[in-house]
Amino acid sequence: MQNKIYDTLIIGAGIVGCSVARYLSKYKGGIAVLERKEDVCCGTSKANSGIVHAGFDAKHGTLMALYNVRGSRMYPKLSEELDFKYENNGSIVLCLSEEDRPKLVSLYENGVRNGVFGLRIVERDELLTLEPHISDEAVCALYAPAGGIVCPFDATFAMAENAAHNGAEFFFDTKVTDIVREDELWKVVTTRGSYLTRTVVNAAGCYSDVFHNMVSSSKIKITPRRGEYFLLDRTAGGYVSHTIFRLPGKMGKGVLVTPTVHGNILVGPTAEDIDDKDDVSTTADGLDKIRLQSALSIKDLPLNKTITSFSGLRSHEAGHEFIIGEPEDAEGFFDCAGIESPGLSAAPAIGEDIATMIADKLNLEEKEDFDPYRTGILDPLTLDEDRLNELIKVRPDYGKIICRCESVTEGQIRDAIRRIPGARSIDGVKRRVRAGMGRCQGGFCSPSVMEIIADELNCDISDVTKKGQGSEIILGENKVL
Amino acid sequence: MTCYEVVVIGGGPAGLAAAISAYENGCRSILLIERDKKLGGILNQCIHNGFGLHTFKEELTGPEYADRYSRRFYETGADLMLQTTVLDISEDKVIRAINEKDGLVTVKAKAIVLSMGCRERSRGALNIPGTRPAGVYSAGTAQKLVNIDGKMPGKKVVILGSGDIGLIMARRMTLEGAKVLAVVELMPYSGGLKRNIVQCLEDFDIPLYLSHTVTKVEGENRVEAVTVSEVDENRKPIQGTEIRYECDTLLLSCGLIPENELTQGLGASMNKVTNGPVVDSDLETSIPGVFACGNVLHVHDLVDFVSEEASDAGRNAAMYAAAEPRYKVKTKIPVKFSKEIRYTVPSSVVLAGISEDIKLRFRVGNIYRYKKVTALAGDRVLAKKIRKVMTPGEMEEIVLPIGKLKDIKGALEITITVEDND
Repeated sequence: MQNKIYDTLIIGAGIVGCSVARYLSKYKGGIAVLERKEDVCCGTSKANSGIVHAGFDAKHGTLMALYNVRGSRMYPKLSEELDFKYENNGSIVLCLSEEDRPKLVSLYENGVRNGVFGLRIVERDELLTLEPHISDEAVCALYAPAGGIVCPFDATFAMAENAAHNGAEFFFDTKVTDIVREDELWKVVTTRGSYLTRTVVNAAGCYSDVFHNMVSSSKIKITPRRGEYFLLDRTAGGYVSHTIFRLPGKMGKGVLVTPTVHGNILVGPTAEDIDDKDDVSTTADGLDKIRLQSALSIKDLPLNKTITSFSGLRSHEAGHEFIIGEPEDAEGFFDCAGIESPGLSAAPAIGEDIATMIADKLNLEEKEDFDPYRTGILDPLTLDEDRLNELIKVRPDYGKIICRCESVTEGQIRDAIRRIPGARSIDGVKRRVRAGMGRCQGGFCSPSVMEIIADELNCDISDVTKKGQGSEIILGENKVL
Repeated sequence: MTCYEVVVIGGGPAGLAAAISAYENGCRSILLIERDKKLGGILNQCIHNGFGLHTFKEELTGPEYADRYSRRFYETGADLMLQTTVLDISEDKVIRAINEKDGLVTVKAKAIVLSMGCRERSRGALNIPGTRPAGVYSAGTAQKLVNIDGKMPGKKVVILGSGDIGLIMARRMTLEGAKVLAVVELMPYSGGLKRNIVQCLEDFDIPLYLSHTVTKVEGENRVEAVTVSEVDENRKPIQGTEIRYECDTLLLSCGLIPENELTQGLGASMNKVTNGPVVDSDLETSIPGVFACGNVLHVHDLVDFVSEEASDAGRNAAMYAAAEPRYKVKTKIPVKFSKEIRYTVPSSVVLAGISEDIKLRFRVGNIYRYKKVTALAGDRVLAKKIRKVMTPGEMEEIVLPIGKLKDIKGALEITITVEDND
């Protein structure tokens, strides 16, 4: 048992947990984030559409609508403070038949009630000027200029790094197994010892029901809703410039086609409720579905340029609503549960509110020296020639390209590992600087990335993992004669 | 800015042969740019033998073959930049490259030879369903780990795809103590050379399942099992044919893709079948003075043919740089072909000023037995050959003799046909 008593322990280092940590680090107090995986951004936050939704879809009057609209308005400034990529590319919801027009109109009206700026319905002619490859069936669309896209990894890392910079601690490979009341405190039992804390934040994604149900008698149920995606090569980039939805259905917003902030095209997700909270496998059926569904929105989408497929889990709550704040019977335990889409959009607002709630509860004072800024990992190729050459003189590793597909230098990879919290695995490097994210999917660079990780972490290359313990790349030595 | 007559991009077998040939054809201002710390490219990790049978009439290992060419290259005294990555090439042939020592470097070339090689098709591009654990590697990545680093990426292995690197790695991993359970090939025929199937699979009792594919990967952190299913004639998995293999590794050898990011950045016309640039019989791309050879042009089976092709490209680049065009206007006669053939390289023939035979390389799209391959210009037969068997895994060639070519001035096209040989 650690002697230290924390003010807040946050379970889960996804976008919500890191956002809470970031906003809470504005206040004096001891904060730690507990994460069962080896790195930040390993669950729901790592596999989603990367969309900052304008907020027209969430039903008016819900927390979802409230946090969505507020969160999405926070992104432009946040992306500047924390130096992550965000693009206000605008969203389009297609209406594929005149019959469906009333549904589009009610979506528009819902958006207006939610306070979304700039919404309007555009007819086919204008639609074609916005998106030339749109389906022949599209009759009109809802245009939401406030919609945006973000790199979900980068946003999460940025929040985490800024929180750490302002004093938050991070414990990885630390799985919470129990939460019990001890007098006025909570004892959080983990696979790496127990921690005492005044407050707990439950930002555990698909597992948020497990932790909620440990402390509260009003039970909740989170169903993992799996979504599969295709990611297309950057040579397909520009095929669409807006995020393109179809009219939402019962299971969510349907298959969307969107550019990413890195210039790829992302197609997906499917929506399938499953039992296993960790099952992010892809299926032949799911991938077929994306092929069929995306063709309804966009003509001749170059799916032959797929560089990878993946799937993610949305933590779907039975009432399709965010559960935010303290349950009546568990004081000092703060839920951020049921955070499915638009969770990424809502995360900054949720973080800000939970931080305020905790600060009020614990009477935390604001720090005088809170630093809201974080500088992202430098991409040397964005510098002009003179500055680049000066940099390479001091740091020659910025002149050595390791990942040829994404032009990532050794300097960036070392920087990713040296960050706090830094990359510990090949996937951690990939998500921070995109080495291995390109069309060869790490075929060439992964052995070099392994060497750099081993060097930086001062471990043997055989201990380097793809994504934490149990995922070692090397299983032994060659035969010795 | 430093200027060169000929800049060669990529120091694998193609780039080395091109640079040497440029030198041998009189060019004395040559720069070779290579991203690795050593010349030789992928040959350095190909420690098995079988290289050089055509070129040197003996069986060499990959590193030995590379070494012979490296030595010859160093003897020329041509300039070399190692551990240097080319970022882009402009249309006026200014090359931007970067390395640790010099930072960002720009050089100008009169002629450029593209010889960047190819990469392996990844799991992502294959859309194999299932989990995404450690233990799924391309065969070439595994080859690097085993042959260069001495590390074993797995102990119980299934290999998807019967490309040559996969076949070689089946043998290699077996020799290093791993158990290779099966090689699984989607197509009804192997993508690799016959000799590799015999020497790497049959000799080690490793089963090859044709018309099968991997339909599922299991394991959260590390591969725990893969499921293999038979496929129908449309390459769709047949339900009920699943076999589950418990294993820790899935190697992929499902085809090679020429690495033409620089070529495309340059705006050269591309061939959709080869994924390489379109070239004429000078191996010149649609951008005048930019030549291509080796696996960046089209994927080869044998390095000997890469060297031969690259020598031609190097010579032509040297001549271009020396401003000795053999013609005022370059007239290209397109090469057409029958449906059995997937592509030809070159895709057009330049007759003006030719000094030797022209070799057309091509691949067929299926297995064909007892066929007659004929090259025609109108009714005139330029060349013909009988082939007992042609397979997609083995590159074919037909030589158009210079004597015949000189007689077809004014021909509108050259046609390659494949017919039954009765």
